[in-house]
Amino acid sequence: MSIEAGHVAVSLSRPDFTLDVDIRVPSHGVTGIFGASGCGKTTLLRCIAGLEQGARGRVGFNGDLWQDSKNFVPAWQRPVGYVFQDARLFPHMTVARNLHYGRRRARATPELTSPEEIIAMLGIGHLLDRRPAQLSGGERQRASIARALLRYPSLVLMDEPLANLDAARKHEIMPFLDRLHASLKVPMLYVSHSLDEMTRLCDHLVVMQSGKVLGQGRLHDMLMRTDLPILGGGEASTVLDVRVLDYDPQYQLSRLQFAGGEIVVPGRHGERDCPLRLRVMASDVSLCRERPQSSSILNILPAVVESRQAEAGGHVLVQLRVGEMRILARVTLKSAEALELIPGQSLFAQIKSVAVKNSAEQVAVDEANNRETI
Amino acid sequence: MEILHSWSENMPGLGPLWLSVKLGLVTTGILILFGTPLAFWLSRTRSHAKTIVEAMVALPIVLPPTVLGFYLLILLGPSGAIGGYWLKLTGETLTFSFGGLILASILYSMPFVIQPLQNAFESVSRGFVEAAATLGARPLDVFFTVVVPLGARGFLTAGIMGFAHTLGEFGVVLMVGGNIPGQTRVISIAIYDHVEAMEYGQAHALAAMLLVFSFVCMFALYFINRRWRHEH
Repeated sequence: MSIEAGHVAVSLSRPDFTLDVDIRVPSHGVTGIFGASGCGKTTLLRCIAGLEQGARGRVGFNGDLWQDSKNFVPAWQRPVGYVFQDARLFPHMTVARNLHYGRRRARATPELTSPEEIIAMLGIGHLLDRRPAQLSGGERQRASIARALLRYPSLVLMDEPLANLDAARKHEIMPFLDRLHASLKVPMLYVSHSLDEMTRLCDHLVVMQSGKVLGQGRLHDMLMRTDLPILGGGEASTVLDVRVLDYDPQYQLSRLQFAGGEIVVPGRHGERDCPLRLRVMASDVSLCRERPQSSSILNILPAVVESRQAEAGGHVLVQLRVGEMRILARVTLKSAEALELIPGQSLFAQIKSVAVKNSAEQVAVDEANNRETI
Repeated sequence: MEILHSWSENMPGLGPLWLSVKLGLVTTGILILFGTPLAFWLSRTRSHAKTIVEAMVALPIVLPPTVLGFYLLILLGPSGAIGGYWLKLTGETLTFSFGGLILASILYSMPFVIQPLQNAFESVSRGFVEAAATLGARPLDVFFTVVVPLGARGFLTAGIMGFAHTLGEFGVVLMVGGNIPGQTRVISIAIYDHVEAMEYGQAHALAAMLLVFSFVCMFALYFINRRWRHEH
């Protein structure tokens, strides 16, 4: 379990909207705040940053009280790094002066990461003399992330930084966010309505609907829940954190290791020991009582049934234990009865397809592309 | 400024012009100094008083200068509320003096300075203000580093409009200031005098000067505005 760094319990009433949430911010990693547009994700972030004067409740972070019934620490005194959906770089300043703006006003804290490293990590070194108007949407958003980080905040708040970008620009920024996720030493709240971004980036998840929190917890646990239809139409999935073992150039397959065994995926995904995150949809896992001797499916793992749960539409969701990991499989009620699935039963799980959510190799490829365009 | 002054000493016709320029500069300077906080407040407040203040600021646009001049004459006169206090304080009357003229011009030109400033502040997106706050800038810091630079066009418009409008005023000046050479005889009064005295030559010279000057002001304003739009 992670240590809790922040506790936010706020409510806000507007004529057409009410926000009433109670969330906990872990001291480590990225917490995704997920929900449909208009559910109050952005308002929640604004309450934490102190941008909503009308908010009532309590906001505490790292032992400091930012707001309660008597006190309200103004936004400029809260050590947050806010990345807005629309970047909001100051148009009358160059990128360099924009970056300097927050850094100059930051508290005197030991700089964990040097400004040069942050600028290099976001790949904006060649843009420093330009004005925001001369940048592409993706470059603008990268500069705005750098500006927030150079404030050396205790908490990073990102409000859908990819929402205003087209697919190509999103693809351009994601590797930078992956790298940020790997190197960031302070907690981050990441607001998005894209579950894809969430599974790739987040360690924890808060699910919101109509101004309320439906659930919060570890991403892996949250995605296995089926009582949150908002998470992909009730389709449960499993997130696996794996490491690269090796790559077979003849068949162009990568062998990956996780706490339950090994899994094989097409393509090259980085050097040995490179961490990857995989998402396996429950419906892509099928079950057999005997190990299939000849199958086109590469990933066949020995598993033990932990529990089963009937789902609407004649389906059964089966929770399996594979080594130390849990994997969900979704089979028809008829198959479940034919297999006579009961807890404790040993069988084999066939994984039809695996989505690789972040790939270090991809980062390297994108970097190479960036260098070419410079 | 000094050149213009010594120049006007030698050429009596230029005295009124110099006086007008001095009046315009002082009035505009004071208005920008005190109008900026008022305009900023108007651009950000949700208070009900806003509408009343806005209406009061706009009054001089619709009020005949004689009405404004009449009330000012009463208020600034030796037995008026302000004039009486001033007389006690300094031993001088406010009416028919340069000081009184400045007070009158401030009221008369107020909308031409406050309104462009207010528009400029309103056009500065709240988003940038919020971004600056989350970067650790306190409100006054945000004002000088974000709001003022982004509203710079409004300051230019306010300055030129306030100055040009003060230069062109006639009715209020005549009512409050009269026609004392070197004290209250500004260029518009001088033109009126020359016409009364059938001195069309001198009237022409001053009128043409004011015409050219006003055109240059307006041209500069629109020219710079256009360049600005291209840059941003």
